This record gives sequence, C-alpha cells and structure tokens, in this order.
Amino acid sequence: MSPHPASENSGIWKLIFGRLDWSAFPLHEPILVGTFAMVAIGGIAVLALITRFRLWGYLWSEWFTTVDHKRIGIMYMILGLIMFLRGFTDAIMMRLQQAMAFNGSEGYLNAHHYDQIFTAHGVIMIFFVAMPLITGLMNYMVPLQIGARDVSFPFLNNFSFWMTTAGAVVTMMSLFVGEFARTGWLAYPPLSGIAYSPGVGMDYYIWGLQVAGVGTLLSGVNLIATIVKMRAPGMSMMKMPIFVWTSLCSNILIVAAFPVLTAVLALLSLDRYVGTAFFTNDFGGNPMMYINLIWIWGHPEVYILILPLFGVFSEVTSTFSGKRLFGYSSMVYATVVITILSYLVWLHHFFTMGSGASVNSFFGITTMVISIPTGAKIFNWLFTMYRGRIRFELPMMWTVAFMLTFVVGGMTGVLLAVPPADFVLHNSLFLIAHFHNVIIGGVLFGLFAAINYWWPKAFGFRLDRVWGKRSFWLWVVGFWVAFMPLYILGLMGVTRRMRVLGDPSLQIWFQIAALGAVIIGAGIACMLIQFAVSIRNREALKDVTGDPWDGRTLEWATSSPPPDYNFAFTPVIHDGDAWADMKKRGYERPTKGYADIHMPSNTGAGIILGGLSIALAVGMIWYMWWLAGLSFAGILAVAIGHSFNYKRDFHIPADVVTRTEEARTAMLKTQLAAQG
Amino acid sequence: MTVRRPLPIRYLAPLALLPLSACDWVVMSPAGDVAMQQRDLILISTALMLLIILPVMALTVFFAWRYRASARRDDYDPDWDHSTSLELLIWSAPLLIIIWLGAITWTSTHLLDPYRPVARIDAARKVTPQAKPLQVEVVAMDWKWLFIYPELGIATVNELAAPIDTPIQFKLTSATMMNSFYVPALAGQIYAMPGMQTVLHAVANKPGSYEGFSANYSGAGFSHMRFRFHALDRSGFDQWAARVKASKAPLDRATYVKLEQPSEKVPPMYFGQVQPRMFHAALNMCAQPGKRCMDEVMMVDAHGGAGKESAHDTAGLRHDGTIDVGGFHPQQPGRKGEIAQPAGMTPAATRTPAEQGDQAPGQKDHDGHAGHQGHGPTP
Amino acid sequence: MANTTTSDSAFLDAQGNPLFHLAREPHHPEGASTMLGFWIYLMSDCLIFACLFATYGVLGGSYAAGPGPRDLFDLPLVAVNTAMLLLSSITYGFAMLAMEKNRIAATQLWLAVTGLFGLAFLCIELYEFAHLIHEGATPQRSAFLSAFFTLVGTHGLHVTFGIVWLVTLMVQVGRKGLILANKRRLMCLSMFWHFLDVIWIGVFTFVYLMGMLR
Repeated sequence: MSPHPASENSGIWKLIFGRLDWSAFPLHEPILVGTFAMVAIGGIAVLALITRFRLWGYLWSEWFTTVDHKRIGIMYMILGLIMFLRGFTDAIMMRLQQAMAFNGSEGYLNAHHYDQIFTAHGVIMIFFVAMPLITGLMNYMVPLQIGARDVSFPFLNNFSFWMTTAGAVVTMMSLFVGEFARTGWLAYPPLSGIAYSPGVGMDYYIWGLQVAGVGTLLSGVNLIATIVKMRAPGMSMMKMPIFVWTSLCSNILIVAAFPVLTAVLALLSLDRYVGTAFFTNDFGGNPMMYINLIWIWGHPEVYILILPLFGVFSEVTSTFSGKRLFGYSSMVYATVVITILSYLVWLHHFFTMGSGASVNSFFGITTMVISIPTGAKIFNWLFTMYRGRIRFELPMMWTVAFMLTFVVGGMTGVLLAVPPADFVLHNSLFLIAHFHNVIIGGVLFGLFAAINYWWPKAFGFRLDRVWGKRSFWLWVVGFWVAFMPLYILGLMGVTRRMRVLGDPSLQIWFQIAALGAVIIGAGIACMLIQFAVSIRNREALKDVTGDPWDGRTLEWATSSPPPDYNFAFTPVIHDGDAWADMKKRGYERPTKGYADIHMPSNTGAGIILGGLSIALAVGMIWYMWWLAGLSFAGILAVAIGHSFNYKRDFHIPADVVTRTEEARTAMLKTQLAAQG
Repeated sequence: MTVRRPLPIRYLAPLALLPLSACDWVVMSPAGDVAMQQRDLILISTALMLLIILPVMALTVFFAWRYRASARRDDYDPDWDHSTSLELLIWSAPLLIIIWLGAITWTSTHLLDPYRPVARIDAARKVTPQAKPLQVEVVAMDWKWLFIYPELGIATVNELAAPIDTPIQFKLTSATMMNSFYVPALAGQIYAMPGMQTVLHAVANKPGSYEGFSANYSGAGFSHMRFRFHALDRSGFDQWAARVKASKAPLDRATYVKLEQPSEKVPPMYFGQVQPRMFHAALNMCAQPGKRCMDEVMMVDAHGGAGKESAHDTAGLRHDGTIDVGGFHPQQPGRKGEIAQPAGMTPAATRTPAEQGDQAPGQKDHDGHAGHQGHGPTP
Repeated sequence: MANTTTSDSAFLDAQGNPLFHLAREPHHPEGASTMLGFWIYLMSDCLIFACLFATYGVLGGSYAAGPGPRDLFDLPLVAVNTAMLLLSSITYGFAMLAMEKNRIAATQLWLAVTGLFGLAFLCIELYEFAHLIHEGATPQRSAFLSAFFTLVGTHGLHVTFGIVWLVTLMVQVGRKGLILANKRRLMCLSMFWHFLDVIWIGVFTFVYLMGMLR
C-alpha cells in the first residue's frame, strides 16, 4: 500500500512510530491545547490526590480488579457520565457553530473540526454514554432483582467493562493525538474508505468501536446466561420483574446485533488496511452493502438502548403509584414483539436509496407496527397510575415527563416511517429532532429516573430533591427549547450536518436551539450539584431501611448498599412483585443461621487485557506494526495464562456474614426507634 | 442613539408568528405537485396519529393529577392489575390506527414512487399521454451539481431550471460520494450514488427560484453543495436554455474530468454543448481516458469473468483514489497530507477554450503500471 | 441444581406457610451456565459468518472483469481439505468419548490427532491461498475475491484459534488431569470445533460447489 499523506516519517522513525509525528499533535489549535491543558491539570490533580491519600491499592484491589457486579455497574455509570460531559461539549459546540454561521460568516469552526465534532458527538453519545449507562444499570440491578449473588461469568463482566473503557480511551485519544473521523457517526463509505479518508480519524473510529464492541457483546452473553440460569427459586419467567424482562430482550438484541457491527467494521478495515474491494467504487465493490449491514445493527441498537428504560419506567410507575403493574403479561409480550420486529425495519433508514415501492412500503409498515406494542406499553403505564396513589418523587416526575415527551417522538417517528413523507424529511433537522426526542425523552429521562430511583440502593442515601427538581425542570424545558426549533427547521427544508447556512431568516431558530442547549447545560450542572450536595448531606439523607420508596421487587429486600453477597439467604419467590408480597404477608427477616457464602475472586486479568487492547488499537491506528504485533501476542498470552488459574472463588466465612447482618439489624432498629 | 430591541422579544417573536409563518415553511407549502402530495400525506398521517396521541397526553396529565397521593382518594386499589376489556382496547386502538395508516402508506408509497412517472400536473390536471417529460441527468460531484439536458444538448453546474407544469424526469448518479438530491419545493429527495443510477419524477407548478442541495453529508465541502432551481414559464425556460446554449464552453470528457476534482462554492456554469453519452460515462465512471466502463465490466462478469489471465489485468479499473479529496481540509494550507486548493473552476463565461482543453493537474492515471497497489493520492 | 428448579409447593414450611428464603444455600455448581453462555457466544459468532456469507452472496458475482470461481477453484483439493476437517471432527468425538471414560492418555491422543488434522486443513488452505495470490487472484483484485478470501480466511482464523486453544487444553489436561473444569473446557472446544465444521460445510457448498456452477 502506498504511504498515506499524514506522515513524513521515514526509515527507522517510520518503523517505530508509523505515521505518528509532531503534526499529529494539535499544538496550533488554541481550543484543543486549552482543553488538553485542563484535562492534563485535572488528571494530574486526581492522580496526585489518589497518591496523597494512598488510594492506589484500594482502587486496584476493590474496584479495578473487582468481579462484583455492583461495583462494575457503578464503574460503568461513572464512565458513561464522564463521556456524557464530552458528548455534551460537542453538542454545545455544534449548536454554537450553527447559531453563528450565517450571512457569509463561517462561524468559528472549519470543516475539518466541525465534521469531527458531529461524528464524535454521535459516536460518543451512543457507544460511550448510552451503552455504558444502560449496561451499568443492568449489571447492578439484574442480579439483585433475580435474587442472585453475582452474574454467571464474573470475570467476563470485569473484562467487558475494561474493554468498553478501552474503546472509550481510544476514542478520547483522538482528541489530542491526530484526529477523529469526519464521516458522520455511521461512517458511510465511500467517504469512510481509504481513498477519501486517508487519515487516522477513521481508524480511531474503527478501533474504538471494535474494542468496545467486544465488551458489549460479552456483557450481553453474560447477562442472558445470568437471567436464564441464576434466578432465585420460585421465580418463573413470568414472575420476573419487568426490568429483568426488558434487560433480557435488550441483551438478546445485543448478542444478535453486535456481531453484525463487528463484521461490517472488519470488512471496512480490510478495505482500509489491505486494499480489498468490499465498499469501494471500483473492482466491483458496493458501498450500499455497508449501509444495509450497518443498519441491520443500527436499528436494533436503538431498541437495545430503550428497552431497559421501558423496564425502569414500569418499575417506577408501579412503585410510586403503590400498585401492581397493569397488564404485566401484555407488557412482556409487547417487549418480545418489539425485540423481534426491530430486525425487520432497518431499511427505513434509507428509503431514499430507491429500493422500489413494495420494499419501501414493507419496511414502512413493519416500522409502524412497532408502534402498536409501544403504544400498549404507554397505556399500561397509564392504567398503572389509574386508581393509584402517585407519589411525585423525582423518578416519577421523570417518568411522567417521559410519557409526555416520548409520545411526540413516537408520532414523528411513525411519520418518518411513511416513505413518501420520509422523502421530504429524511436527513433533515426534523429527523434529528425526532431521534433526540426519543433518545433524550426516552433513554436519558429513563436513566435519570433510574439514577434517582436506585441511587439510595447503591449508596445508602437518597439524592437531594431540591437540586434534583431544578435539574428536572431545566432538562425538560431545555429539551423542548432545543429541539422544537429543529422540528420546525426540518419542515423548512434544512438538512443535517450543515456547517454553514445560507438563509439568514433561519438564524433565529438556531439561536433558540442554542439557548435550549444552554438550558440543558444548566440542567446537567444542577445534576452534578445534586450529586455533590447529596454526598455532602449523606447522613441526613441516609436510607437505613434498604427500602426507601416502599419498593416492590427483590433489590429492596436487602440493605442499602447491599452487602458483597447481596442476600444472606437466597430468597424464595411466590409472586411477581416479590418484595411487596413478602411485606404483605408479614415476612420476618432471618437473624441467625448464617452459613459460608461462595463467591468469585477478584482478578487483574481484565484491566491488563483492556490495556493491551488500547496498545493494539494504537499500533493499528498509527501503523506501528511492532506495537500491534506485540500487544496482540500479549493479549493471547494473558488470556491463556489466565486460563491456567483454576482457583477463582472463595468463601465469605459465616461469622463475617453474621457480623454484617447484625450491623444491619442494629441499623433497622434505629429506624424503628426513630419512628416509635 | 438607537435603542436595541430587548432580547426576549427577539426570541419570542418567531414563536408568536409560528402559526402565521407556517406558509413560509417550504416543506409545508411547496411549489411542486409531488411535494404537495407529500405534504398532504404528512398532514393526514399526523392528524391520524393525533387521534390517539392527544387523548394519551391528556389522560397522562389527568391521571397524574387525579391520582396524586395527596388527594388520598378512596378508590385506591393496589391489586388491580388486569382488565381484559381494557387490554383489548389498548392493543386494538393503536392497531386500528396503524391499519389505516398502513393502507395509506401502501398506496401512497406506490403512487409517489420516485421511479413512477407523474400522472398529473396538479390536483386538477392530468398529464396527457403524448406529453414527453423533460429529461435531466444529474451528477453529484465533490461538492457541486452537474445537470445535463440531453435533449437540449446543454449542461449547467449548480443551476437547474425547468418549465412549470411539465413533468421532469431526473436520472441521477454521483462521481464519488453518496449524496442526496433534494429540492424541497419540488419533490422529495433521492440518493445520488456512485456507479448507480436512481430516478426521480417531479413537476413544478409555481414559477420561482428555489433552493436545492445535497441532503446527505459527503465531506468537507458539503455545506456549500447548493444550487438554485428556477421554475420558469415556457418562454422563460426557452430563453434560459438559449442563454446556456450561447455559452461556447463544451462539456466534453476533459472538462468533466477537471470538473470532477473537489471544489467548493462553485458559481453556476453553463455549457453550450455536451459530448454525447456524457452521463453514461459519468454513471459508469469512465470519463477519464483509459477507464473501463462499469457496464462493460459487468457484462464480462455476467459471462463468468474474463478467465485466469485477466487476474493481472487491472488497467482502467481503478476509480477511488484518482479523485483526491485530501486528508485534511483544503482551507488549512501548510498542513501535511492536504491537497492544494483544488483547481479553481471559473464561470464558463470567463474561460478560454484553451483552458478547457487542459488536463487537470494531478490527473495522471495510475492504472496499468501501478496495479492494485496504486492507492493514495496522486502527486 | 435440583433444588433450584422445584415447583412452588416445595417452598412451604411444615404449616403450609410460604418460605421466603432457603435456610441452606442451593448448590450452584461452578460453571453451571458455561455451556449456555458458550452456546450464546457461538450463535453470535455464527452471525458474523452469516454477514460474511451475505456479503459473499451479494459480491460473489463481481469479478471486476477478472477471473471467476471456475477459473480459480481447485475442487479436488478443496474436497481433500473438507475431508481433513470432517475427520478432525470425528476424532474430536473420539476424544470426548475417551474423556467420558476418564481415560487421560486416550483423550490426549485423540486431541493430538484432531490437532494434526486441523493443521493439515490449515496447510492446505494456505497452499490454496498462496497459489491464488501467485496467479494474481489477490483479495484486492475484485469484490468477489475480497469476499472469498475474507469468508474462507475468517473460518481459517477460527481454526487457528481452535488449534491454539486445543494445545492449551492438552497442556492443562496434562497438568491437572480430567478435572471438572477441564472437562467443561473440552466440551466448549468440542462445540466450537463442530461449529467450525458446520460452517465449513456451508462454505464448501455455497462458495466452492455453487461457485463451480455459476
């Protein structure tokens, strides 16, 4: 392959550094240098603090190497929130650019930067925000809700997390070393091919996603096996909490969709690295094949994101209405139907390719059919509220906001599924508004409901309500202010990914949208303040009962936060709302007779493999073949070496369990005393 | 001293005008019959869905308020979780709407299929069987549009015109990237893809000048990949065509190859003559000398390939990499890996015939001597 | 395992009141979910092959005016190759039978034979690839050849990893004997190996046989 233009390296330098040279470091970009300085200072400060308080050992042994599904869940959430700040910064930069670039102004970003920003925004928000956040949530809650001590494959869980993190690290590296893809978040060829994107940006994209994809796939396998095999006695499939059902379906989708992404990105990398002709314009390649394949992954992906949150809304509505969930079985069937149908709709992302009327109508109608089970779900939540006693705590507020927001997104979605209507709205800002309407209104609102709902379970204290409400209102208002104008601009025929706009009469709408983004930014700030304030006031907000919301499912049966082993005795289930049933029938918590508990041991193999994967990705991206080869050999060696470790478990001795449970008994007594 | 208008009013004004200004929204008030029917479809579908969306939203708010805990209503029923009749209702109500919408979708998708010739000029007038549609061949390039009028023997860049009340048939392809051809006032969009042909039928009804652009991101110059669409009355169109015809510049293969090179913000250009089968060459990616046309290659493939000996014969097959869009954006001179500012395309009127015959710089064909290793930009 | 799958009625105390916990931990045997988990993984791998098959299906006729399958494929050689892989599946089956009887030496012997057949398969495949590339039919020559090399090569890569895994397992069986964990691992590899066999039958039929008919 002929040398690519990005580097002047030659001879020995080329052998060592591949195409990495000084020009890869954006020293002439003040914004990036400033960002880098801030990140570096922040990073050094964090590292210094960790060293100062001698936390390295603690972090390594209690967190980085942990196989505890709860800690891994929390680490996923932290990863997701950090990446969310990056993704949101990209959003603000785009909104600013589009609000400025009128009347011949080029705005403040040139195409080289702007095109990277919108690509990075999409990639980061989907792969490194939404995915880690839902995976973290499922990781934390599913074993608790099914009364298990951990997931089926605890080491795999740790490994999955570090692969996801490694993917995120690779993606973030592109900010300061080289560049990111300038292709849009799905990187359609031929634009993403080597001939038209010869730089490292596309390779960052490919390797970031491939590394993270391994983690996602394995965590999907893990959670399916956990749900199928590890349920507490008595919990038949139709007695599983609805969140477990939606998680199961979501993970089935992960396992059935992510291999397609892996395959299609592998083919694209073969085109880029080896010079094959899959998606090229020449030698018989077919770029449209890529578009089909990527959407066969891409459409199920949005259901992967939303399904677990449908489960969250069901749990929250039921808990805060103080009622059983209305229509449990129709909820389950609706989820399963959505899971299956999500594979039959991918073509609606490119009706405009000219597939012919019959093909287009088929995919249009299957898309609309999905709205039937989704509609049934909305009605089920509605009738769960009916004749309830609704407590408007933060999770419930997010749920009502979701119901009002999501139906609008659903409606515009069905509209886009009508092919002739799509011909005028495809790729427009109307489409952008639509999918932000469902992803923010559905996925994000659901995550916020979940965080407020389960935070006390994970940390033992509730989140501050005042700051939570501020964040809620700013988010909801900010969302509508930011995206209503985009719907309107779409109807004015404005297309997406424009860096510079013509018609000055449009500017006001972009300015309103930018204002909305700022309001959302304030909402994010309030949320961070909410976390900080709550952590500071944790004693006042303490949850001693383990059941702060009068919950209905098993996770509320144990302490907050749950002990390492989750449940001192494996619970037995007689009813779908297991914990509500136990409370109703006067369940008494056992206080003696504890036995040793069998648990998996921590291991450092996951983080080492994750680190080696970063090295492999860097080697491949920068053409440092020696690094790629070495790190690949390293991965093999560590994986094989890990398989020689047969001692992967230990027992928590009965007296440790007894001490832990006695502490809880004492804590529950303070609660009773306070009430008495 | 001028007093600046207070900021809030500036921001609220468009909201107040929202219902009034709706007529400026081009998708909602287009100038072509196809787009008009698509607009109607949006309105009908939205109305249908609102039949269910509005009650749901109202019920959500109503239930949330009515069953709030502080109301302490005594019809609280914590174990009520099933009602067969309600379940039937909540599945059948969306189902009915979707059946209705599905029927509309099926018929409208077929009637408004971009490949189907338009059957009517507008709601009142049918197309007469003897009326021939105006043929326009469209090539999306980095980052401009080439329009060829094969019947008139003229071509333009970044300017499209058509007579009103006359059906138009667009045939579209692209030189390198996937683009989407979209004139919101005229009709829905369709992709223009390299090596492939799509078709779009449309008709303009109201004279005027409208915006057209690519609706699919295609690289650095995408924002400026815009053109004007002039809907003219018959005599206006004839005058326009004559004006184009008067241009001395011909669109031959050499010009095409030069044009194909990436450039941004290209002003409209006229070509008074068009070499025959120009669109065929564009579609089959063989405008450059020495290239093998894709249709010929596909014919060979259909007969089972060209035999063992053909393995080494890759002359004229490469297309990607011969058009260089550069590793970095052209606006940053001095960065490595970037191509020089693309050959400036001047408006047709100012160019001399000598210029037009020139081979574009960097246009040497790598095929043949470089084989399949000939990736990467030309020097 | 038995405890975890009993019906509701088992969870009542002597008075017929419901039990809400198990006084004794139900025994979750180590690795109880491994087979299921590995099976799910195999299905996801199968989807990768499905994508490659689909890609070959779409691009398999795009020769770019180059050679087609009939010019390139050496069917007798591929038939021998297929025989190697099928035989290796049979010998793996013998290894599993020996494992069931806890006969370490016999298990190791059959595993070694399986590995050798796998190696023979790989060598023949590499010979075929080298021959094609020598003739100019490189993966870069046409979309058909890209899809061909990728599909067949991905299968070959799987076989390579299978052999690495097999050698690792032989070492582990040598060290620890046929303990439960090793038996489970041998079962997983068995599934993997037979899975590759099934995929190859697809490749042989769909790519080679039907290619000759094109």
